[in-house]
Amino acid sequence: MVYLTRKAEFAASHYYHNPDFTPEENRRVFGKCNNPNGHGHNYTLEVTVKGEVDPRSGFVVDLKQLKEVLNREVLDAMDHRFLNKEVPEFSTKIPTTENLAIAIWQRLATKLKAAQLHRVRVYETPDLFVDFYGEA
Amino acid sequence: MKAHLTRRYVFSASHRLHSNAMSDTENAATYGKCNNPYGHGHNYALEVTVSGHVAEATGMVCNLVDLDGFVHSEILERFDRENLNLRPEFDRIVPTTENLCTTIYDILQRGFTQAHLERIRIEETMMNSFEYEGDN
Repeated sequence: MVYLTRKAEFAASHYYHNPDFTPEENRRVFGKCNNPNGHGHNYTLEVTVKGEVDPRSGFVVDLKQLKEVLNREVLDAMDHRFLNKEVPEFSTKIPTTENLAIAIWQRLATKLKAAQLHRVRVYETPDLFVDFYGEA
Repeated sequence: MKAHLTRRYVFSASHRLHSNAMSDTENAATYGKCNNPYGHGHNYALEVTVSGHVAEATGMVCNLVDLDGFVHSEILERFDRENLNLRPEFDRIVPTTENLCTTIYDILQRGFTQAHLERIRIEETMMNSFEYEGDN
């Protein structure tokens, strides 16, 4: 089994708000991130797939295909977007880094052929990242 | 859904590697330059990884304010700009980064209860890093 990681970057804005919370609760739990006008990050995404090395191509996965899926399913939808307003998953879920990693996993898992998705890592800043391994 | 969240912190400290169980010659042979009696320092980078179910109401594994607060008061306050050899934690153990790893892990394991502690990782320099996940 060999693991391959592809990296991508995207910039997006978001804010944290739970409509079931009172305004005070929202401010207490989410702090500055509750500003309804949003704020942005340069996200770094690392997608790791795993598989056996194909004896004919020497590849675990065709990187060109992986890049296409990544661009189509994730970057086209999220790059330079306001996550709360423009990405459907976040009309009901709060666009935290945790939920972003889960959403990206769900967008990719069914679309990847040959290789199996192992991990989605999302860096919100260089000192904060979330890993999701598809665990329930 | 279970996700892993990693937060990175930096602190600076000095240490001298010297074991009371060894002769001076043995210490010099084992620790080389790190045995210099006056000590030397590092910019340490600490990565704390916690895991747990992403809460529906907040979209979070744990509130970063809690994790940051705990690490600042219990780890950074204790070790940043300190001589590790003079800290009570290193009364009886050599302040190698291995021992620093297990010491910091134990502090987090005992005191931080808002999420499950998965692992800590310490970079002593850009060339050396150490990880500890507990002994289970």
